[in-house]
Amino acid sequence: MASVFAYAPALESRSIVDIAPSYGLFIDGEFVEAADGKVFKTVSPSTEEVLSEVAQAGEADVDRAVQAARKAFEKWSALPGSERAKYLFRIARIIQERSRELAVLETLDNGKPIKETRDADLPLVAAHFFYYAGWADKLDHAGFGANPRPLGVAGQVIPWNFPLLMLAWKIAPALATGNTVVLKPAETTPLSALFFADICRQAGLPKGVVNILPGYGGAGAALVAHPDVNKVAFTGSTAVGKEIARTVAGTRKKVTLELGGKGANIVFDDAPIDQAVEGIVNGIFFNQGQVCCAGSRLLVQESIQEDLLESLKRRLSTLRLGDPLDKNTDIGAINSEEQLTRITSLVEQGEAEGAERWSPACELPESGYWFAPTLFTNVTQAHTIARDEIFGPVLSVLTFRTPDEAVAKANNTPYGLSAGIWTEKGSRILAVANRLRAGVVWSNTFNKFDPTSPFGGYKESGFGREGGRHGLEAYLDV
Amino acid sequence: MPSSALTAAHPLKDVIASDSALRRFLHGLPGVDAVGLEGRAASLGTRSIKTTAKAYAIDLAISMVDLTTLEGADTPGKVRALGAKAVRPDPTDRTAPTTAAVCVYPDMVAVAKEAVAGSGVKVASVATAFPAGRAPLTVKLADVREAVAAGADEIDMVIDRGAFLSGRYLKVYDEITAVKEACGTSARLKVIFETGELSTYDNIRRASWLGMLAGADFIKTSTGKVAVNATPANTLLMLEAVRDFRAQTGIQVGVKPAGGIRTSKDAIKFLVLVNETAGEDWLDNHWFRFGASSLLNDLLMQRQKLATGRYSGPDYVTVD
Repeated sequence: MASVFAYAPALESRSIVDIAPSYGLFIDGEFVEAADGKVFKTVSPSTEEVLSEVAQAGEADVDRAVQAARKAFEKWSALPGSERAKYLFRIARIIQERSRELAVLETLDNGKPIKETRDADLPLVAAHFFYYAGWADKLDHAGFGANPRPLGVAGQVIPWNFPLLMLAWKIAPALATGNTVVLKPAETTPLSALFFADICRQAGLPKGVVNILPGYGGAGAALVAHPDVNKVAFTGSTAVGKEIARTVAGTRKKVTLELGGKGANIVFDDAPIDQAVEGIVNGIFFNQGQVCCAGSRLLVQESIQEDLLESLKRRLSTLRLGDPLDKNTDIGAINSEEQLTRITSLVEQGEAEGAERWSPACELPESGYWFAPTLFTNVTQAHTIARDEIFGPVLSVLTFRTPDEAVAKANNTPYGLSAGIWTEKGSRILAVANRLRAGVVWSNTFNKFDPTSPFGGYKESGFGREGGRHGLEAYLDV
Repeated sequence: MPSSALTAAHPLKDVIASDSALRRFLHGLPGVDAVGLEGRAASLGTRSIKTTAKAYAIDLAISMVDLTTLEGADTPGKVRALGAKAVRPDPTDRTAPTTAAVCVYPDMVAVAKEAVAGSGVKVASVATAFPAGRAPLTVKLADVREAVAAGADEIDMVIDRGAFLSGRYLKVYDEITAVKEACGTSARLKVIFETGELSTYDNIRRASWLGMLAGADFIKTSTGKVAVNATPANTLLMLEAVRDFRAQTGIQVGVKPAGGIRTSKDAIKFLVLVNETAGEDWLDNHWFRFGASSLLNDLLMQRQKLATGRYSGPDYVTVD
């Protein structure tokens, strides 16, 4: 009985998901090959196993898909809102029914733990479709005047960190408001979008309303630049966001950009410490830190720094890193070799600039892309790791002495997507939150999402809002 | 005033200098965010415990059970039956571990002691005017002394929730130290807070520290006699308290959730809380207990299922 309580592996079965050896592009309700016949491979980040071969969209395919969406727009936008709602509700229910399959698929293709796809991604995906289904017949009452009109064809480009969730954030409001869609998923995580294409067919969605074009940046650029696209929605890196802004400048296209972040998580000396530690962990290690609104800068009041760091290090030591299909895994694989290289180089730079690096004792699997949860102390605003978005499981710890200093440091970033405040004092929450230049400010929690709540950033974190009633505006002619 | 549990060498001895010093200390403990605490408890509840880990957890849980009968209708026969079950939980499988203790009212201690003699199973007794605790201190102390004299190895005392809720922390402290003294060196003291009546998580954290300062060997959630008893959240909170208390003082204190834990699945969730909050140092029955009566049979049925691959059913475990 003296042995430790070591959890036996608890693997989620892969047999629930049937991944085909190859997939086409989804255009006008059909899976088709790319015009130039190009394909690319998608691999599982945790094992480097090739999962499938996927058609790679080029310019001609983008044109085909946009034309299909344009044609479908006529009928789709003319449907009564209550009819569009029926399709969206049907999609939401199918997602719920197939959620285990989709969760396993997403874990295989993205590398994130099954615990997160099962308990966070998929429930939110369904919730977004349900939420916007509810708006489809109530647009007259959304606050944009009577009978607001859709824009037309929406060109949407999404990232690899939450492949299906970002798809839901983009497609649900677009369809609810009567737009049709051409969506390009990221090249490292195309599979769940292709499964979603199948769900659209299963739901009987009219042809051409949703088109999915797996591919690389070139396809995304062609989509954004296509003259017959009326609305561009992008989630991804700030660098690409700037390119897109340049491309659409001077056109009549509407744009929303949801870009990078360097969220500050501010812990005051009267914070609920144990919960703050959980919030810090959730803020930066959720999805291996590959979250645009991650709380990657911990701002801790100097007086409790020592105690908090001790608690945090003890807590990090209990994180379980490994096979993402194991239900007990907390930290999965980094999405791609390229991303791993970027994280590694930024972390090396952090060390070179004199910050103190710490990681719990942690064995990394031999194959796949892995990075141990990492903590940097002695970080200042002048360090690169306090300024650049790392997009990995790396937390920079800075200190402050007064609320004013906390606010000044939190705002001293080119980004402005998210922030967190930890204190037991309600008045301080309100006072500090009002002064933070961030799209989302969480208090005594972090990384909480809900379809009813708008999300978006300031400054280099982008513009426009997704989610909530506000999210409708980006897809309506108002 | 009874002699203090805090010796001159104790790092926290100053905090009991006065009622206000004690209040300042207890109210200076970090707050508890209810949503976050419950969220953490729920997320640990999703750990998937299978095969060897499950077998280990079930045996560990059995060995941590304080097999309890606390009814007005308790008889020597009932207590003897309980003792036999504690010693030999599964008559069909002698590899099943014994439970940690049997827990009875003070007047049944002698009977229980005889029933478990030589087995290593402890006898715990709920003294101090259990479950309300509404009796003069002299009566409570007499209750404790009787139980200890009858051979109780462990005393489960209830705190005066009225005094606690009205902020008279030093009174609660003094009562605990007095009871601790009455336990002498032979009996370990479990202090029951009745967390359902303390109502807030902040109060539960303060009570935990108060109990530990006063010399509790165990802190225990509840009597099992009110609507809200042990929950994953309040147990998680108490595990944080014992962890932090040891870090600050070097003294290790046990934790006992009691009431409402009925299934193996629930018990395993509590063990996960122990494992990932306080750590493996608490993973034995000297430092962690389950106050439960119906839990044991479910653990035994699960154990039989693991051994045979089939569910046996309630007729294959004893009803005592």
